[in-house]
Amino acid sequence: MSGRARVFIPADSAALSVGAERVARAIRGEAEARGVDIEIVRTGSRGLLWLEPMVEVETADGRVGYGPIAPGDVASLFAAGFLDGGAHGRSLGRIEVHPLIARQTRLTFARVGVIDPLSLDDYRAHGGFAGLDKALAMPPAAIVEAVLQSGLRGRGGAGFPTGIKWRAVLGAEAPQKYVVCNADEGDSGTFADRMVMEGDPFMLIEGMIIAGLASGATKGFIYIRSEYPHAFATFEKAIATARAGGYLGASVRGSGRAFDIEARLGAGAYVCGEETSLLESLEGKRGVVRAKPPIPAFQGLFGKPTIVNNVLSLAAVPFILAEGPAAYARFGVGRSLGTLPVQLAGNVKRGGLYELPFGVTLREVIFDIGGGTRSGRPARAVQVGGPLGAYFPERLFDTPLDYEAFAALKGLLGHGGIVVFDDTVDLAAQARFAFEFCAKESCGKCTPCRIGAVRGRETMDRIIAGENRAENRAVLDDLLVLMTDASLCAMGGLTPVPVTSALTHFPEDFERAPLAAAAE
Amino acid sequence: MKRATGWDDQVASAIVGELKGRDGALLPILHALQEEFGYVDQRVVAELATALNLSRAEVTGTISFYHDFRANPAGRHVIKICRAEACQSVGCEDLVAHLKRRHGLDVDALSADGLLTIETVYCLGNCALGPAILADGEPVGRVDADTLDSLVARAGSERALTDGEVLS
Ligand SMILES: Cc1cc2nc3c(=O)[nH]c(=O)nc-3n(C[C@H](O)[C@H](O)[C@H](O)COP(=O)(O)O)c2cc1C
Ligand code: SF4
Ligand code: FES
Repeated sequence: MSGRARVFIPADSAALSVGAERVARAIRGEAEARGVDIEIVRTGSRGLLWLEPMVEVETADGRVGYGPIAPGDVASLFAAGFLDGGAHGRSLGRIEVHPLIARQTRLTFARVGVIDPLSLDDYRAHGGFAGLDKALAMPPAAIVEAVLQSGLRGRGGAGFPTGIKWRAVLGAEAPQKYVVCNADEGDSGTFADRMVMEGDPFMLIEGMIIAGLASGATKGFIYIRSEYPHAFATFEKAIATARAGGYLGASVRGSGRAFDIEARLGAGAYVCGEETSLLESLEGKRGVVRAKPPIPAFQGLFGKPTIVNNVLSLAAVPFILAEGPAAYARFGVGRSLGTLPVQLAGNVKRGGLYELPFGVTLREVIFDIGGGTRSGRPARAVQVGGPLGAYFPERLFDTPLDYEAFAALKGLLGHGGIVVFDDTVDLAAQARFAFEFCAKESCGKCTPCRIGAVRGRETMDRIIAGENRAENRAVLDDLLVLMTDASLCAMGGLTPVPVTSALTHFPEDFERAPLAAAAE
Repeated sequence: MKRATGWDDQVASAIVGELKGRDGALLPILHALQEEFGYVDQRVVAELATALNLSRAEVTGTISFYHDFRANPAGRHVIKICRAEACQSVGCEDLVAHLKRRHGLDVDALSADGLLTIETVYCLGNCALGPAILADGEPVGRVDADTLDSLVARAGSERALTDGEVLS
């Protein structure tokens, strides 16, 4: 070992949740006890979450990893000479060539898990702000054009082309415009936004600044869910650091163009991820969904033209500007261009975040990458796209991950979360939960959703209890059509998706003998 | 960990005064009040309405719309347990049942001794390492019955639930 060894330990929430802080403390303590001078760098996570807490050291051949590490492993790591990459039972070898890193296309997540998320120097040394430098030298319309050319589609769920939205805001005349970053990330099974905010926040700040330059907006807000206290704290620090570094404020990098960002906390309402509800919430009101039109691009926050984009949409922008739209559009299939940060979650052995080109199949993700269920039982169902996404059975696992393929099967890709269930899952219970969730989280503005969700849950209870199943099924089917057709937003409009998919693909779960009767 | 010390009108007024000039100030104020006191006392509604030029109904409606804001004081410690789909797939509902069976604790309620509030949340962004909770604001993953038992056992402590060696 030459000089001071550098040890990298994630401070990502998922890593912290399984003891990364205690491991960091143990490593610092052991180094002191042995009189070894080390530098501990806290990073985001590489996304191989089942290997957390994962520790890396810098060696002559690159970074070498060890994981999962418990505080009790630390003495043996030192004894094995891990500071020089020594072999240990928990060795993972060079992380860059780890099979589950090597098979990814990490564009958005290239730096996550690698750099110190709060170091501007680190960020710049890894290509950060190259996109901003280009954007500062371009007219707004050219920035918009680059985003259009890249084919980038919104990653918040609806898949709307980002460039078209930006063009609308650029074209709107107003004394004040806003950029709003949607970091409400409410979908179960998703955590990519969180990992960006905790692992590479300057990338998102850079994306928001570029959105401001492209549209003429001078103020940005980021709305972060309150369930993410660490992400919020990290992001606030990143904003302050970027401001001190001259990237935010009255004159971004001395360009004479203003842009600043304020972080706001959500308050535990799923519907506030819907963009107009989010805007109401930012204005300090109940998160009641607004009727569209007018769309937020014309009348958004405080009635002003507003770009609302998901974290991942904005985070993709610096790469597109730095490397050119064609470099981004080279990945993916059909109209789903670029990469998809797949979040593999639930009952799965190797859960984590894997950034993959669109077009890989569910089966590859669940088995080749995920290693099947954590319980070791057969995988029976996956829910893709959050609580409003469809449940798919094993026979649909060859479906490729792209927007159109999922739409064709009456499902959705949403924010890219895949939740695996083993064969103990009861799809009738899951369908009931979909209604219950909608009933709890509905903003209450329209009847099909507010009342429909409650009626749906009651009807589902009757079906599960075995009461007049045929009749109740007819009631349910009518209700599903009504909610789909007459709800004002996708909360009520898409709640039928998980329900219908459960009914279609897992009918046997709705035909079982009721529990009470079966027990007799 | 911030400790709830009981409502104090003067402190509350100072918080309202400090934040009321922000754009869309109501949510930041409510968060700050809850951070300070562990809940939002209904006594502050009139003052908020005046400060922000809103009706009392608007203020009350906003407070009750959001699951985060509590109308009553929380326990010394707060556990937020995720009950969304990814955590369901690895047994979060068994944990809820365990809390009831073993400890007599209900979710979305304050414990009888007033020490522990347990609340439902839908997703903490730790869905690959579920079941997931936040214990006094700190994430804990792959939670099992033993984890919960040790957290409940620490509810009497002044220290934060995760501040110690119980969670190996
Ligand atoms: C009930 C509901 C919840 C939503 N939650 C989120 C969310 O948590 N994050 C998000 O980015 N978009 C969410 N959306 C989608 C937003 O309304 C909007 O389409 C998105 O923020 C636009 O950004 P994008 O074009 O970059 O995807 C949600 C939509 C609905 C109907
Ligand atoms: S569908 Fe539900 S969430 Fe959407 S506007 Fe109607 S009541 Fe509100
Ligand atoms: S579903 Fe429990 S943390 Fe996401």
